Amino acid sequence: MAIKERRIVYKHVDEEGYSNDIDCYIKNGGYEVQKKAFEAKPEDLRQEVLNSGLRGRGGAGFPTGMKWKFLDFKSGKPIYLVCNADESEPGTYKDRQLLYQDPHQLIEGMMISAFAIGAKQSFIYIRGEFINGARILEAAIEEARAKNLVGDNILGSDYSCDLIVHRGAGAYICGEETGLIESLEGKRGYPRIKPPYFPAALGLYMCPTIVNNVETLCQVKHIIDMGGEEFSKIGVKGDSGTHIMGVSGLVQKPGYFEIEAGACTFGELLYDGCGGPLPGRKFKAVIPGGLSMKILKWGERFKGKHPNTGEDFDWGVEDIPLDSISMGLCGTALSTGGAIIMDDSVDMLEAMANINAFYAHESCGQCTPCREGSLWMNKLSTRMTSGHGREQDVPLLLDIADQIAGRTICAHGEAAAWPVQSAVPKFKDEYLDKIKKQANGERYNPAGFPLI
Amino acid sequence: MDLSLELTEKIDKLIPRYPDKRSATLPLCHLIQEEKGYLSKESVEWIAAKLDLQPMQVWEVVTFYPMYRREPIGKVHVKVCRTLSCALRGSYKTCEKLEQALGCKRGETSHDGKFTIEFVECIADCGYAPVVQVDDKLYEKVTPDGKTDELIEKI
Ligand SMILES: NC(=O)C1=CN([C@@H]2O[C@H](COP(=O)(O)OP(=O)(O)OC[C@H]3O[C@@H](n4cnc5c(N)ncnc54)[C@H](O)[C@@H]3O)[C@@H](O)[C@H]2O)C=CC1
Ligand SMILES: Cc1cc2nc3c(=O)[nH]c(=O)nc-3n(C[C@H](O)[C@H](O)[C@H](O)COP(=O)(O)O)c2cc1C
Ligand code: SF4
Ligand code: FES
Repeated sequence: MAIKERRIVYKHVDEEGYSNDIDCYIKNGGYEVQKKAFEAKPEDLRQEVLNSGLRGRGGAGFPTGMKWKFLDFKSGKPIYLVCNADESEPGTYKDRQLLYQDPHQLIEGMMISAFAIGAKQSFIYIRGEFINGARILEAAIEEARAKNLVGDNILGSDYSCDLIVHRGAGAYICGEETGLIESLEGKRGYPRIKPPYFPAALGLYMCPTIVNNVETLCQVKHIIDMGGEEFSKIGVKGDSGTHIMGVSGLVQKPGYFEIEAGACTFGELLYDGCGGPLPGRKFKAVIPGGLSMKILKWGERFKGKHPNTGEDFDWGVEDIPLDSISMGLCGTALSTGGAIIMDDSVDMLEAMANINAFYAHESCGQCTPCREGSLWMNKLSTRMTSGHGREQDVPLLLDIADQIAGRTICAHGEAAAWPVQSAVPKFKDEYLDKIKKQANGERYNPAGFPLI
Repeated sequence: MDLSLELTEKIDKLIPRYPDKRSATLPLCHLIQEEKGYLSKESVEWIAAKLDLQPMQVWEVVTFYPMYRREPIGKVHVKVCRTLSCALRGSYKTCEKLEQALGCKRGETSHDGKFTIEFVECIADCGYAPVVQVDDKLYEKVTPDGKTDELIEKI
């Protein structure tokens, strides 16, 4: 059975004969919404976005309309709009498809958003590795400029806004919005402390700035097209619209699916969408929304009362509906929708060591708990995989993680701590078993590939 | 410092697009690295002068971002993703195979100066794991079996 998709922002992704040039985009109705939007009042557009209930697709899920409302319009300083196209969360590869295959959708979404917030200038901060993506965007912007859709006096409205593509250079932390802003100012990507440096108040050049994810800005176009009210009917209460679920790891057919929030379960995604586990294997664990989210163990049960329906639920991982409310009830988050799947061939200790190596490499080094803690977790977990581990290392690892979360400038601290904080209690027995076997000179059974 | 005319023109057009000159630091580092292969002391000083900055302010940037290099590398730059989704599909083995075939370890350049192999973190193509980026080109599903051999043939 195929999975039921509802493609809104992904409507033309992988469509046969669809190309990323402006003619194709216009032929498919492109830039009509921008024309309509430029005849409306900016505050009405902002109200539509607020009514839509759209939550940011960069991972944190903050309501977009509310963020726009927080903009400091009275300061008299210029306002900036920045699209976060850093897509740096491991397991996440959804924005790539939009940038490479449908760049004009993003440009249209951005110009509508820029007009709505009165931005003086807009930027797309794109990760350095997407070099071809940057070229595609630059070409697309020039095409749009030639048609007076970007730049001076857009569509004769008297409103002008340039759009600059700005490439990062390989640092994960520049996906964090304040690190991104520092980077855009030409500095090291050291995150700023929020508050007071919420971009909406003090952002780029200390001016009010909106940073939104690629998918969020694409969604704005559809909100203005169908109206906020109508958009809010898609999905579930508290999580409107669609989610792009990008599945990677050990399933038969990894891939991406745009799904109405709450319309499918995790099990349907993995079996109907991705063909289930590889032959002869069984699912063991999943990370639902990008590497930093808390891990779920196949076979664990989640129970409680659902706030939306008021009914009791008793779910296994496969039963969890794919919306951020339900995922939150299971102690994790849907976040970027980048689901990483592990099966029974995976050595969970190595998986954790792999994750810890990532955060140790990517900490910017400003805060001691994150800089030192992520290094120690990396060293410790790597040692535990190599036959030199001790039993006490397991609680020690958890102890280090507990000392990072909540004590840092940016959420990288939590990102580094959460995988450990969730995996250690769930896979403790496996970790101890491995440590014991290896200490006795026995081979542990790593059926899968080495992960560290 | 001699730069191609094309590049100088590009740079002169780019800087005034930013509300603040300093914002052009990363793009200038990219452009000059693309032309020269790496960022030398001379390049850094040139960028600093161009943007009215202290050389230190440019060094800070060059040393922070993994993509900037202070030394030349091999002609072909091979980046293998090592993060979880790719590792689950065999990227550690893929990397080992590439190391053997190209004659250098990760983080090193081969003796003939032809190849540099690097183990990098997620490049946002996780569904097609394992992925290997060779210069600007992305190769997908480079599993440690035949697919790696095919890639070796190509590069
Ligand atoms: N897409 C990707 O590649 C990655 C995504 N992430 C995600 O990022 C998330 C954390 O992001 P953060 O930006 O640290 O989350 P956050 O919760 O601090 O902020 C979310 C957004 O809401 C805004 N906001 C929140 N409260 C505000 C207020 N009072 N006034 C004005 N604006 C306000 C922030 O400026 C930000 O734009 C994680 O949940 C993770 O899932 C993490 C790594 C990579
Ligand atoms: C370490 C870290 C990395 C992040 N990387 C990204 C990223 O690559 N792309 C992104 O859109 N948001 C990323 N975020 C979230 C941003 O800080 C911010 O919440 C988001 O861009 C806001 O956009 P949205 O409201 O549209 O979701 C990251 C956050 C953290 C803490
Ligand atoms: S939490 Fe980590 S990444 Fe974030 S500012 Fe502190 S040291 Fe840097
Ligand atoms: S983990 Fe390799 S591309 Fe994302």
